[in-house]
Amino acid sequence: MSAVLQLHDITKTYATGAVEVQALRGVSIEIDQGEFVAIVGPSGSGKSTLMHILGCLDTPTAGTFHLAGDDVASLDEDRLAEVRNRHIGFVFQQFNLLPYLSAWRNVELPLVYTGTDRHERKERALAALAQVGLADRADHKPGELSGGQQQRVAIARALVTEPAMILADEPTGNLDSVSTADVLGLLDDLHRQGRTIVLITHEQDVAEHAERTVQIYDGQVRTEVAGAVA
Amino acid sequence: MQWRDTVRTATEAVRTHRLRSALTMLGILIGITAVILTVGLGNGAKAEVRDQINELGTNLLVVSPGSSTDSSGVRGGFGSSSTLTVEDAEAIADPKAAPDVQAVAATATTSVSLTNGDTNWTTTLTGTTPSWAEVRSREVTSGRFIDEDDEAEAANVVVLGPDTASELFTTGNPVGQYVTYNGSKLKVIGVLEELSSSEETSNNDLAVVPFSTYSERLVGGSSRDSVTSIYVKATSEDTLSAAYQETNALLLNLHGITSADDADFSIATQESILTAATSVDKTMTVMLGGIAVISLLVGGIGVMNIMLVSVTERIREIGLRKALGARPRSIRRQFLVEASVLGLAGGVLGVLLGVVGAVVLPHVTDTRVILSLSASLAAIAMAIGIGVVFGVYPASRAARLAPIDALRSE
Repeated sequence: MSAVLQLHDITKTYATGAVEVQALRGVSIEIDQGEFVAIVGPSGSGKSTLMHILGCLDTPTAGTFHLAGDDVASLDEDRLAEVRNRHIGFVFQQFNLLPYLSAWRNVELPLVYTGTDRHERKERALAALAQVGLADRADHKPGELSGGQQQRVAIARALVTEPAMILADEPTGNLDSVSTADVLGLLDDLHRQGRTIVLITHEQDVAEHAERTVQIYDGQVRTEVAGAVA
Repeated sequence: MQWRDTVRTATEAVRTHRLRSALTMLGILIGITAVILTVGLGNGAKAEVRDQINELGTNLLVVSPGSSTDSSGVRGGFGSSSTLTVEDAEAIADPKAAPDVQAVAATATTSVSLTNGDTNWTTTLTGTTPSWAEVRSREVTSGRFIDEDDEAEAANVVVLGPDTASELFTTGNPVGQYVTYNGSKLKVIGVLEELSSSEETSNNDLAVVPFSTYSERLVGGSSRDSVTSIYVKATSEDTLSAAYQETNALLLNLHGITSADDADFSIATQESILTAATSVDKTMTVMLGGIAVISLLVGGIGVMNIMLVSVTERIREIGLRKALGARPRSIRRQFLVEASVLGLAGGVLGVLLGVVGAVVLPHVTDTRVILSLSASLAAIAMAIGIGVVFGVYPASRAARLAPIDALRSE
């Protein structure tokens, strides 16, 4: 399988005043097309920093990063926005849905920034909602949906651009156990359909859904263990 | 991102925060209304003055006693003794000496109280020649105007203004009846036609008597020949300046003055009176306009304030939009358009309120307001402009936010 994502010797240093904090000290990861990888680590391990770099929300201080064949380590802000739009589907812990827009309008949001035609946007948004089992909730505002349903809408939003990778950052952190199972089940389904999923979490039982777990500790990859195949 | 989507997003944001948007618009609204009404009041005042001056008659020169410094200014502080006399008026009326003058009317005025039985009314008593009606373009609705015989006999006759007539004679036709001034009985021989457009009462409230009656029987005094002003009517608009030159030369000659700078009289044209009268209004308009512009500026600062609050409050939304692929320029445009939508809405509402004000104000304060379409459109454009200008800083702040910082904030 071809690697959809290649990190090589990534370092990230934050300068806060006089103190320099090395959040990542030479991380190398490869993720193949269709893989379901969990990145775990305690807080302060550099996990969040890694997630930001994987999500092209931040650029590494040194090292190379190829995403879907493009070298993204040195892109400017506009190009990064384009890469995020095309290749990455985000799922956040806080859902991050816009409260004043209905479910389908939230889902179509990434397509607005690609300049996709209105009708096609609605069609694709409704299709993505159907894929997460919320076709009948398309016109509901986030406030009218349960936590689990909101996260499903967020996953539909991540799917709608057909990205190279779905990047889920603690997607179950704000959910009860039933909704957690629900959302993880959905991720398993998407994985079976051939999606590449990167799941960032600190919960071991959530990480067990992935094929492979990458443990981050002190800004470095500690171990890579093959998890139970879901 | 397409423009249509940007505008839609902006209007949605405005509608989501209704109260806040309404308050922001209020600032712009008040400013725009102030601008519209100021311009309207200025135009109204100007039109009013023009009407009043046109009511004096057409192709008219007004000669007043006292000096003037230039041809356009009517300087205050007339000479203590009147330097113009009936003889001056007669000289100007000579067609050989002044061929471009059609008619001349010398007038002397004073404020008097007229009585009819128990009714008494204070009005302006005007002593003048029969030519006054022609010079001032006035007609009588009933009876007749004073004639040469009245003038020759110094007859005790009076022509009343329409307002004066209705005040003194509440019922019946005043023509043929008598009014009393200072013991003298004056027979009413006519009533002047009303100048309907006039806001100025002096055109409708006056009593006209023959000049001879005025000076010899009624007012008299030390200088029986002196007049308050001489109205000179030129034969046409084209000969107005020739008539001006002729009048000026004649009077200088008659008064034995060699240098025009020493003239003891001044001649005003309607245009110069208009200029002098509107210059005061202009100052007021500029002042009020200044206040209006300041209030618009305050409104603009309100927009900026709200947009900054909006950026701070929606920091997560901005982060999310960036994560989903919004470029800095899309974010900047979104907030700029939002600020302009606020400006546009405030501007349109402000113009509407201005129109309402223009309808209501004349009923309340008796002032005329003339709205202009171009000023209204300019005001709306200005409102949008203010939205854009004051939106630039908040918008670029939003655009510069790093997506991770924006997403991380709670």
